[in-house]
Amino acid sequence: MDSLAPDPKPVAAEPRRPVCVRLPAALAPLFPDAPRRLEVEAATVSDLVDALDARWPGMRDRICDSTPAIRRHMNVFVDGERVGLDAPLPPGADVFILTAISGG
Amino acid sequence: MTDTVFVLVGTRKGAFIAASDPARREWSLKGPFCETWPINHVIADPATGTVYAAGGNEWFGPAVWASKDRGETWTHSSAGLAYAAGETPIKAVWSLAIRDGVLYAGVEPAGLFRSTDGGETWSHVAGLRDHPSRPQWQPGGGGLILHSIVLHPRDPGQIWVGISSAGVFHTFDGGETWSPRNRGTRADYMPEDQRYPEVGQCVHCIVMAPGNPDRLYQQNHCGMYRSDDGGVTWESIEEGLPSTFGFPAAAHPRDPDQLFLAPLNGDIQGRFMPDAKGAIWRTRKGGTAWEAKREGLPQENAYFGVLRQAMATDRLEPAGVYFGTNSGTLYASADEGDSWAALAHHLPVITSVETVVMPA
Repeated sequence: MDSLAPDPKPVAAEPRRPVCVRLPAALAPLFPDAPRRLEVEAATVSDLVDALDARWPGMRDRICDSTPAIRRHMNVFVDGERVGLDAPLPPGADVFILTAISGG
Repeated sequence: MTDTVFVLVGTRKGAFIAASDPARREWSLKGPFCETWPINHVIADPATGTVYAAGGNEWFGPAVWASKDRGETWTHSSAGLAYAAGETPIKAVWSLAIRDGVLYAGVEPAGLFRSTDGGETWSHVAGLRDHPSRPQWQPGGGGLILHSIVLHPRDPGQIWVGISSAGVFHTFDGGETWSPRNRGTRADYMPEDQRYPEVGQCVHCIVMAPGNPDRLYQQNHCGMYRSDDGGVTWESIEEGLPSTFGFPAAAHPRDPDQLFLAPLNGDIQGRFMPDAKGAIWRTRKGGTAWEAKREGLPQENAYFGVLRQAMATDRLEPAGVYFGTNSGTLYASADEGDSWAALAHHLPVITSVETVVMPA
Protein backbone atom coordinates (compact mmCIF):
# COMPACT_ATOMS: atom_id res chain seq x y z
CA MET A 1 0.00 0.00 0.00
CA ASP A 2 1.38 3.31 -1.01
CA SER A 3 1.39 5.32 2.16
CA LEU A 4 2.00 8.48 0.16
CA ALA A 5 -1.31 8.30 -1.62
CA PRO A 6 -3.64 10.91 -0.26
CA ASP A 7 -6.64 9.72 1.63
CA PRO A 8 -9.79 10.08 -0.44
CA LYS A 9 -11.77 13.00 0.82
CA PRO A 10 -15.38 12.34 1.57
CA VAL A 11 -17.51 13.90 -1.14
CA ALA A 12 -20.42 15.79 0.29
CA ALA A 13 -23.59 15.25 -1.73
CA GLU A 14 -24.26 18.54 -3.46
CA PRO A 15 -27.69 19.74 -2.38
CA ARG A 16 -30.06 19.71 -5.32
CA ARG A 17 -30.79 23.25 -6.30
CA PRO A 18 -34.52 23.92 -6.09
CA VAL A 19 -36.50 25.09 -9.05
CA CYS A 20 -38.27 28.43 -9.00
CA VAL A 21 -42.00 28.05 -9.61
CA ARG A 22 -44.53 30.73 -10.52
CA LEU A 23 -48.20 29.93 -10.00
CA PRO A 24 -50.98 31.52 -12.08
CA ALA A 25 -53.07 34.36 -10.68
CA ALA A 26 -56.33 32.44 -11.04
CA LEU A 27 -54.97 29.56 -8.96
CA ALA A 28 -53.99 31.61 -5.93
CA PRO A 29 -57.52 32.41 -4.68
CA LEU A 30 -58.31 28.68 -4.65
CA PHE A 31 -55.53 28.09 -2.10
CA PRO A 32 -55.48 31.31 -0.10
CA ASP A 33 -52.13 30.78 1.61
CA ALA A 34 -50.31 29.77 -1.56
CA PRO A 35 -47.74 32.30 -2.81
CA ARG A 36 -47.44 33.27 -6.46
CA ARG A 37 -43.74 32.37 -6.47
CA LEU A 38 -41.88 29.72 -4.51
CA GLU A 39 -38.90 27.35 -4.59
CA VAL A 40 -39.41 23.58 -4.67
CA GLU A 41 -37.02 20.62 -4.84
CA ALA A 42 -38.28 18.29 -7.56
CA ALA A 43 -36.74 16.16 -10.32
CA THR A 44 -39.71 16.16 -12.72
CA VAL A 45 -42.81 18.21 -13.37
CA SER A 46 -44.89 15.41 -11.89
CA ASP A 47 -42.77 15.46 -8.71
CA LEU A 48 -43.20 19.22 -8.59
CA VAL A 49 -46.99 18.95 -8.81
CA ASP A 50 -46.94 16.30 -6.07
CA ALA A 51 -44.87 18.60 -3.88
CA LEU A 52 -47.34 21.43 -4.42
CA ASP A 53 -50.23 19.07 -3.63
CA ALA A 54 -48.54 17.98 -0.40
CA ARG A 55 -48.39 21.59 0.75
CA TRP A 56 -51.79 22.64 -0.62
CA PRO A 57 -54.00 19.57 -0.82
CA GLY A 58 -56.07 19.55 -3.98
CA MET A 59 -53.67 21.62 -6.06
CA ARG A 60 -52.71 18.62 -8.22
CA ASP A 61 -56.36 18.26 -9.31
CA ARG A 62 -56.39 21.84 -10.51
CA ILE A 63 -53.24 21.47 -12.60
CA CYS A 64 -53.60 17.86 -13.80
CA ASP A 65 -56.47 15.64 -14.88
CA SER A 66 -56.90 11.94 -14.16
CA THR A 67 -55.40 10.78 -17.48
CA PRO A 68 -52.95 11.73 -15.89
CA ALA A 69 -51.83 14.78 -17.86
CA ILE A 70 -51.50 18.51 -17.47
CA ARG A 71 -54.98 19.91 -18.01
CA ARG A 72 -55.87 20.91 -21.56
CA HIS A 73 -56.07 24.62 -20.77
CA MET A 74 -53.08 24.71 -18.44
CA ASN A 75 -49.48 25.09 -19.57
CA VAL A 76 -46.20 24.35 -17.83
CA PHE A 77 -43.04 25.98 -19.15
CA VAL A 78 -39.57 24.91 -17.97
CA ASP A 79 -36.77 27.29 -18.90
CA GLY A 80 -38.98 28.65 -21.67
CA GLU A 81 -40.08 25.31 -23.14
CA ARG A 82 -43.65 24.03 -22.89
CA VAL A 83 -43.45 20.54 -21.38
CA GLY A 84 -45.52 17.62 -20.10
CA LEU A 85 -45.81 15.92 -16.74
CA ASP A 86 -42.84 13.60 -17.31
CA ALA A 87 -40.40 16.36 -18.19
CA PRO A 88 -37.23 16.50 -16.06
CA LEU A 89 -36.44 19.63 -14.10
CA PRO A 90 -32.85 20.80 -14.33
CA PRO A 91 -31.52 22.09 -11.02
CA GLY A 92 -32.43 25.74 -10.60
CA ALA A 93 -34.88 25.70 -13.51
CA ASP A 94 -37.43 28.43 -13.98
CA VAL A 95 -40.92 26.91 -14.03
CA PHE A 96 -44.03 28.80 -15.04
CA ILE A 97 -47.45 27.23 -14.49
CA LEU A 98 -49.87 29.27 -16.57
CA THR A 99 -53.54 29.35 -17.45
CA ALA A 100 -54.03 29.23 -21.21
CA ILE A 101 -55.66 32.13 -23.02
CA SER A 102 -58.34 29.73 -24.24
CA GLY A 103 -59.72 28.67 -20.92
CA GLY A 104 -61.65 31.64 -19.56
CA MET B 1 -87.18 33.41 14.57
CA THR B 2 -88.36 34.59 11.16
CA ASP B 3 -87.52 32.35 8.25
CA THR B 4 -85.53 33.54 5.28
CA VAL B 5 -86.05 32.27 1.76
CA PHE B 6 -82.79 31.71 -0.09
CA VAL B 7 -82.76 31.32 -3.86
CA LEU B 8 -79.57 29.57 -4.90
CA VAL B 9 -78.51 30.41 -8.43
CA GLY B 10 -75.89 28.77 -10.62
CA THR B 11 -74.55 30.74 -13.58
CA ARG B 12 -71.86 30.49 -16.22
CA LYS B 13 -69.85 32.92 -14.10
CA GLY B 14 -70.26 31.86 -10.51
CA ALA B 15 -72.98 31.23 -7.95
CA PHE B 16 -75.35 33.84 -6.53
CA ILE B 17 -77.66 33.76 -3.51
CA ALA B 18 -80.83 35.86 -3.26
CA ALA B 19 -82.61 36.24 0.06
CA SER B 20 -85.94 37.56 1.26
CA ASP B 21 -88.31 37.34 4.17
CA PRO B 22 -91.32 35.03 3.65
CA ALA B 23 -93.33 37.82 2.01
CA ARG B 24 -90.92 37.48 -0.93
CA ARG B 25 -91.44 41.06 -2.11
CA GLU B 26 -87.97 42.49 -1.56
CA TRP B 27 -84.81 40.61 -2.29
CA SER B 28 -81.12 41.05 -1.71
CA LEU B 29 -78.60 39.41 -4.02
CA LYS B 30 -75.05 38.38 -3.23
CA GLY B 31 -72.37 37.00 -5.51
CA PRO B 32 -70.72 36.03 -7.71
CA PHE B 33 -69.24 33.25 -5.59
CA CYS B 34 -66.92 30.33 -6.40
CA GLU B 35 -64.31 32.54 -8.09
CA THR B 36 -66.71 33.01 -11.04
CA TRP B 37 -66.32 29.37 -12.08
CA PRO B 38 -69.06 28.02 -14.34
CA ILE B 39 -71.51 26.61 -11.80
CA ASN B 40 -74.10 24.11 -12.99
CA HIS B 41 -76.04 23.49 -9.78
CA VAL B 42 -76.32 25.00 -6.29
CA ILE B 43 -78.20 23.30 -3.46
CA ALA B 44 -78.38 23.56 0.32
CA ASP B 45 -78.62 20.90 2.97
CA PRO B 46 -81.67 22.01 4.96
CA ALA B 47 -80.38 20.09 7.97
CA THR B 48 -77.10 22.00 8.26
CA GLY B 49 -77.52 25.07 6.09
CA THR B 50 -74.38 24.20 4.13
CA VAL B 51 -74.56 25.40 0.54
CA TYR B 52 -72.97 23.25 -2.15
CA ALA B 53 -72.12 24.44 -5.66
CA ALA B 54 -71.15 22.11 -8.49
CA GLY B 55 -69.22 23.13 -11.54
CA GLY B 56 -66.28 22.81 -13.80
CA ASN B 57 -63.70 25.35 -14.82
CA GLU B 58 -62.01 25.12 -18.22
CA TRP B 59 -58.62 25.68 -16.62
CA PHE B 60 -58.98 23.81 -13.36
CA GLY B 61 -61.51 21.04 -14.00
CA PRO B 62 -64.41 19.81 -11.87
CA ALA B 63 -65.09 20.58 -8.24
CA VAL B 64 -67.80 20.86 -5.64
CA TRP B 65 -67.70 24.02 -3.57
CA ALA B 66 -69.09 24.29 -0.05
CA SER B 67 -70.03 27.24 2.16
CA LYS B 68 -71.06 26.85 5.78
CA ASP B 69 -71.80 30.55 6.24
CA ARG B 70 -74.35 31.15 3.48
CA GLY B 71 -71.86 32.21 0.89
CA GLU B 72 -69.46 34.35 2.91
CA THR B 73 -66.57 31.86 2.61
CA TRP B 74 -66.09 28.83 0.40
CA THR B 75 -63.88 25.78 0.09
CA HIS B 76 -63.69 23.42 -2.85
CA SER B 77 -62.67 19.82 -3.44
CA SER B 78 -62.51 17.19 -6.12
CA ALA B 79 -60.68 14.55 -4.07
CA GLY B 80 -61.79 11.20 -5.47
CA LEU B 81 -63.94 12.85 -8.09
CA ALA B 82 -62.17 11.07 -10.93
CA TYR B 83 -62.38 8.07 -13.22
CA ALA B 84 -59.53 5.58 -13.55
CA ALA B 85 -56.31 6.61 -15.31
CA GLY B 86 -56.69 6.38 -19.07
CA GLU B 87 -60.42 7.04 -19.10
CA THR B 88 -61.79 10.34 -20.37
CA PRO B 89 -61.36 12.71 -17.41
CA ILE B 90 -64.32 14.35 -15.72
CA LYS B 91 -64.94 17.77 -17.21
CA ALA B 92 -67.53 19.19 -14.83
CA VAL B 93 -69.96 18.40 -12.05
CA TRP B 94 -73.52 18.93 -13.24
CA SER B 95 -75.94 18.07 -10.50
CA LEU B 96 -76.15 17.58 -6.74
CA ALA B 97 -78.60 15.97 -4.34
CA ILE B 98 -78.43 15.37 -0.60
CA ARG B 99 -80.30 13.10 1.81
CA ASP B 100 -79.44 12.32 5.42
CA GLY B 101 -76.00 13.84 5.05
CA VAL B 102 -75.08 11.79 1.98
CA LEU B 103 -74.24 14.04 -0.94
CA TYR B 104 -74.45 12.84 -4.55
CA ALA B 105 -72.85 14.43 -7.60
CA GLY B 106 -73.61 13.76 -11.25
CA VAL B 107 -70.79 14.51 -13.66
CA GLU B 108 -69.75 14.80 -17.31
CA PRO B 109 -68.97 12.32 -18.86
CA ALA B 110 -71.95 10.72 -17.20
CA GLY B 111 -71.34 9.09 -13.85
CA LEU B 112 -72.40 9.33 -10.23
CA PHE B 113 -70.29 10.03 -7.14
CA ARG B 114 -71.10 9.97 -3.44
CA SER B 115 -69.66 11.86 -0.47
CA THR B 116 -70.33 11.13 3.19
CA ASP B 117 -68.13 13.93 4.54
CA GLY B 118 -69.80 17.01 3.15
CA GLY B 119 -68.05 16.98 -0.20
CA GLU B 120 -64.48 16.80 1.10
CA THR B 121 -63.90 13.37 -0.48
CA TRP B 122 -65.81 11.43 -3.10
CA SER B 123 -66.24 7.80 -4.12
CA HIS B 124 -67.46 6.54 -7.47
CA VAL B 125 -70.86 4.81 -7.59
CA ALA B 126 -69.38 2.57 -10.24
CA GLY B 127 -72.38 0.33 -10.86
CA LEU B 128 -73.99 2.91 -13.14
CA ARG B 129 -71.10 3.02 -15.60
CA ASP B 130 -70.91 -0.77 -15.46
CA HIS B 131 -74.36 -0.95 -17.03
CA PRO B 132 -74.13 -2.96 -20.27
CA SER B 133 -75.82 -0.17 -22.23
CA ARG B 134 -72.99 2.31 -21.57
CA PRO B 135 -71.31 1.85 -24.99
CA GLN B 136 -74.58 3.10 -26.50
CA TRP B 137 -74.73 6.30 -24.44
CA GLN B 138 -74.51 9.29 -26.76
CA PRO B 139 -73.90 12.88 -25.66
CA GLY B 140 -76.68 15.42 -26.14
CA GLY B 141 -76.07 19.04 -27.06
CA GLY B 142 -74.81 19.79 -23.56
CA GLY B 143 -72.49 16.79 -23.49
CA LEU B 144 -72.87 13.32 -21.97
CA ILE B 145 -74.10 14.69 -18.67
CA LEU B 146 -75.76 13.23 -15.61
CA HIS B 147 -78.03 16.15 -14.77
CA SER B 148 -80.90 14.81 -12.67
CA ILE B 149 -80.56 12.96 -9.36
CA VAL B 150 -83.79 12.02 -7.57
CA LEU B 151 -83.44 10.40 -4.15
CA HIS B 152 -86.23 8.37 -2.59
CA PRO B 153 -87.36 10.26 0.51
CA ARG B 154 -87.45 7.17 2.76
CA ASP B 155 -85.56 4.32 1.07
CA PRO B 156 -81.84 5.14 0.85
CA GLY B 157 -81.35 2.34 -1.67
CA GLN B 158 -83.46 3.96 -4.36
CA ILE B 159 -82.07 6.58 -6.72
CA TRP B 160 -83.19 7.77 -10.14
CA VAL B 161 -80.79 9.57 -12.48
CA GLY B 162 -81.27 11.28 -15.83
CA ILE B 163 -78.50 11.18 -18.43
CA SER B 164 -78.50 13.08 -21.70
CA SER B 165 -78.98 11.27 -23.85
CA ALA B 166 -78.99 7.80 -22.34
CA GLY B 167 -82.27 8.19 -20.48
CA VAL B 168 -83.50 7.49 -16.97
CA PHE B 169 -81.93 4.78 -14.80
CA HIS B 170 -83.01 3.50 -11.39
CA THR B 171 -81.32 1.55 -8.64
CA PHE B 172 -82.87 -0.33 -5.72
CA ASP B 173 -79.57 -1.16 -4.03
CA GLY B 174 -77.85 2.16 -3.52
CA GLY B 175 -76.14 2.15 -6.89
CA GLU B 176 -74.75 -1.37 -7.25
CA THR B 177 -77.14 -2.29 -10.05
CA TRP B 178 -79.26 -0.13 -12.32
CA SER B 179 -82.10 -0.61 -14.77
CA PRO B 180 -83.35 1.70 -17.53
CA ARG B 181 -86.69 3.42 -16.84
CA ASN B 182 -87.62 4.78 -20.25
CA ARG B 183 -90.65 2.79 -21.37
CA GLY B 184 -93.14 5.10 -23.06
CA THR B 185 -90.76 8.01 -23.71
CA ARG B 186 -89.99 8.86 -27.32
CA ALA B 187 -86.80 9.40 -29.21
CA ASP B 188 -88.05 11.35 -32.23
CA TYR B 189 -84.52 11.68 -33.57
CA MET B 190 -84.30 7.93 -34.22
CA PRO B 191 -85.57 6.10 -37.31
CA GLU B 192 -89.35 5.69 -37.23
CA ASP B 193 -89.31 2.05 -36.15
CA GLN B 194 -86.82 2.70 -33.31
CA ARG B 195 -88.43 5.60 -31.45
CA TYR B 196 -89.10 3.74 -28.20
CA PRO B 197 -85.73 2.15 -27.37
CA GLU B 198 -84.80 0.74 -23.98
CA VAL B 199 -82.09 3.42 -23.61
CA GLY B 200 -81.00 6.46 -25.62
CA GLN B 201 -83.80 8.89 -24.77
CA CYS B 202 -82.85 12.52 -24.30
CA VAL B 203 -84.25 13.16 -20.84
CA HIS B 204 -83.90 16.82 -19.85
CA CYS B 205 -85.15 16.81 -16.26
CA ILE B 206 -86.89 14.48 -13.81
CA VAL B 207 -88.57 15.47 -10.54
CA MET B 208 -90.54 13.58 -7.91
CA ALA B 209 -94.03 14.54 -6.76
CA PRO B 210 -94.21 15.42 -3.08
CA GLY B 211 -95.48 12.71 -0.78
CA ASN B 212 -95.70 10.17 -3.59
CA PRO B 213 -92.37 8.58 -4.52
CA ASP B 214 -94.02 6.52 -7.24
CA ARG B 215 -94.97 9.64 -9.15
CA LEU B 216 -92.27 11.19 -11.30
CA TYR B 217 -92.52 13.93 -13.88
CA GLN B 218 -90.17 14.23 -16.81
CA GLN B 219 -89.37 16.95 -19.31
CA ASN B 220 -87.78 15.25 -22.27
CA HIS B 221 -86.31 16.58 -25.50
CA CYS B 222 -89.30 14.82 -27.05
CA GLY B 223 -92.30 15.40 -24.83
CA MET B 224 -93.47 15.77 -21.26
CA TYR B 225 -94.32 12.71 -19.20
CA ARG B 226 -95.72 11.44 -15.91
CA SER B 227 -95.03 8.09 -14.28
CA ASP B 228 -97.08 6.63 -11.44
CA ASP B 229 -94.93 3.54 -10.97
CA GLY B 230 -91.51 4.97 -10.22
CA GLY B 231 -90.57 5.37 -13.85
CA VAL B 232 -91.29 1.81 -14.98
CA THR B 233 -93.76 3.25 -17.48
CA TRP B 234 -94.31 6.82 -18.64
CA GLU B 235 -97.39 8.51 -20.04
CA SER B 236 -97.38 11.61 -22.20
CA ILE B 237 -98.81 14.74 -20.59
CA GLU B 238 -97.98 17.10 -23.44
CA GLU B 239 -101.55 17.64 -24.70
CA GLY B 240 -102.53 21.23 -24.06
CA LEU B 241 -98.97 22.52 -24.02
CA PRO B 242 -97.62 24.79 -26.77
CA SER B 243 -94.77 22.46 -27.71
CA THR B 244 -93.21 19.14 -26.81
CA PHE B 245 -89.83 20.72 -26.04
CA GLY B 246 -88.41 22.32 -22.92
CA PHE B 247 -85.79 21.78 -20.28
CA PRO B 248 -86.84 22.19 -16.61
CA ALA B 249 -89.67 20.82 -14.50
CA ALA B 250 -90.52 21.89 -10.95
CA ALA B 251 -92.84 20.03 -8.60
CA HIS B 252 -95.08 21.73 -6.06
CA PRO B 253 -93.83 21.29 -2.47
CA ARG B 254 -97.08 19.67 -1.23
CA ASP B 255 -99.47 18.91 -4.09
CA PRO B 256 -98.43 15.86 -6.15
CA ASP B 257 -100.80 16.88 -8.97
CA GLN B 258 -99.18 20.28 -9.42
CA LEU B 259 -96.26 20.81 -11.77
CA PHE B 260 -94.57 23.74 -13.49
CA LEU B 261 -92.97 23.55 -16.95
CA ALA B 262 -91.31 26.07 -19.26
CA PRO B 263 -92.07 24.87 -22.79
CA LEU B 264 -89.92 26.39 -25.53
CA ASN B 265 -90.85 26.82 -29.16
CA GLY B 266 -89.01 23.73 -30.38
CA ASP B 267 -85.61 22.16 -30.65
CA ILE B 268 -84.85 23.49 -34.16
CA GLN B 269 -86.61 26.86 -33.93
CA GLY B 270 -84.40 28.79 -31.54
CA ARG B 271 -85.39 27.23 -28.22
CA PHE B 272 -87.02 30.35 -26.81
CA MET B 273 -90.46 31.19 -25.44
CA PRO B 274 -93.22 30.28 -27.93
CA ASP B 275 -94.16 33.35 -30.03
CA ALA B 276 -91.53 35.22 -27.97
CA LYS B 277 -94.09 35.63 -25.16
CA GLY B 278 -93.01 34.62 -21.67
CA ALA B 279 -95.05 31.93 -19.93
CA ILE B 280 -94.68 29.22 -17.33
CA TRP B 281 -97.24 26.46 -17.70
CA ARG B 282 -98.93 25.03 -14.61
CA THR B 283 -101.02 21.92 -14.11
CA ARG B 284 -103.01 21.17 -10.98
CA LYS B 285 -104.34 17.94 -12.47
CA GLY B 286 -101.28 15.81 -12.85
CA GLY B 287 -100.66 17.00 -16.37
CA THR B 288 -104.13 16.38 -17.80
CA ALA B 289 -104.89 20.12 -18.03
CA TRP B 290 -102.56 23.10 -18.37
CA GLU B 291 -102.75 26.86 -17.94
CA ALA B 292 -100.24 29.47 -19.10
CA LYS B 293 -99.11 31.80 -16.32
CA ARG B 294 -97.99 35.05 -17.93
CA GLU B 295 -98.79 37.97 -15.58
CA GLY B 296 -95.64 39.96 -15.05
CA LEU B 297 -93.66 38.17 -17.74
CA PRO B 298 -92.71 39.95 -20.98
CA GLN B 299 -95.28 39.38 -23.72
CA GLU B 300 -93.17 40.57 -26.60
CA ASN B 301 -89.60 39.98 -27.66
CA ALA B 302 -89.04 37.28 -25.04
CA TYR B 303 -86.26 35.47 -26.82
CA PHE B 304 -85.04 33.60 -23.78
CA GLY B 305 -84.90 29.98 -22.78
CA VAL B 306 -84.87 28.29 -19.38
CA LEU B 307 -82.22 25.64 -18.88
CA ARG B 308 -82.77 22.20 -17.39
CA GLN B 309 -82.03 22.95 -13.75
CA ALA B 310 -83.17 26.57 -13.74
CA MET B 311 -86.65 26.33 -12.18
CA ALA B 312 -87.67 25.52 -8.61
CA THR B 313 -90.37 25.98 -5.97
CA ASP B 314 -90.05 26.90 -2.32
CA ARG B 315 -91.85 25.22 0.58
CA LEU B 316 -93.80 28.27 1.80
CA GLU B 317 -97.58 28.72 1.66
CA PRO B 318 -98.51 29.68 -1.00
CA ALA B 319 -95.55 28.11 -2.76
CA GLY B 320 -93.03 30.34 -4.48
CA VAL B 321 -91.88 29.50 -7.99
CA TYR B 322 -88.61 30.72 -9.47
CA PHE B 323 -86.87 30.44 -12.82
CA GLY B 324 -83.77 31.87 -14.40
CA THR B 325 -83.29 32.61 -18.07
CA ASN B 326 -80.36 31.97 -20.32
CA SER B 327 -80.25 35.76 -20.78
CA GLY B 328 -79.66 36.33 -17.09
CA THR B 329 -83.00 37.34 -15.61
CA LEU B 330 -84.23 35.67 -12.43
CA TYR B 331 -88.04 35.66 -12.07
CA ALA B 332 -89.99 34.96 -8.91
CA SER B 333 -93.61 34.26 -8.12
CA ALA B 334 -94.90 34.28 -4.53
CA ASP B 335 -98.32 32.94 -5.53
CA GLU B 336 -97.72 29.59 -7.25
CA GLY B 337 -97.13 31.16 -10.64
CA ASP B 338 -100.20 33.44 -10.78
CA SER B 339 -97.98 36.53 -11.04
CA TRP B 340 -94.32 37.14 -11.64
CA ALA B 341 -91.69 39.79 -11.01
CA ALA B 342 -88.04 39.97 -11.95
CA LEU B 343 -85.84 39.38 -8.93
CA ALA B 344 -82.62 40.23 -10.78
CA HIS B 345 -81.59 41.28 -14.27
CA HIS B 346 -78.32 41.06 -16.18
CA LEU B 347 -76.86 38.03 -14.43
CA PRO B 348 -74.68 35.66 -16.44
CA VAL B 349 -76.44 32.76 -18.18
CA ILE B 350 -78.48 31.09 -15.44
CA THR B 351 -77.92 27.36 -15.31
CA SER B 352 -79.70 26.41 -12.10
CA VAL B 353 -82.18 27.65 -9.50
CA GLU B 354 -82.93 25.97 -6.17
CA THR B 355 -84.41 27.21 -2.90
CA VAL B 356 -84.07 26.61 0.80
CA VAL B 357 -86.03 28.15 3.67
CA MET B 358 -84.04 28.53 6.88
CA PRO B 359 -83.96 30.70 9.97
CA ALA B 360 -82.29 34.01 9.23
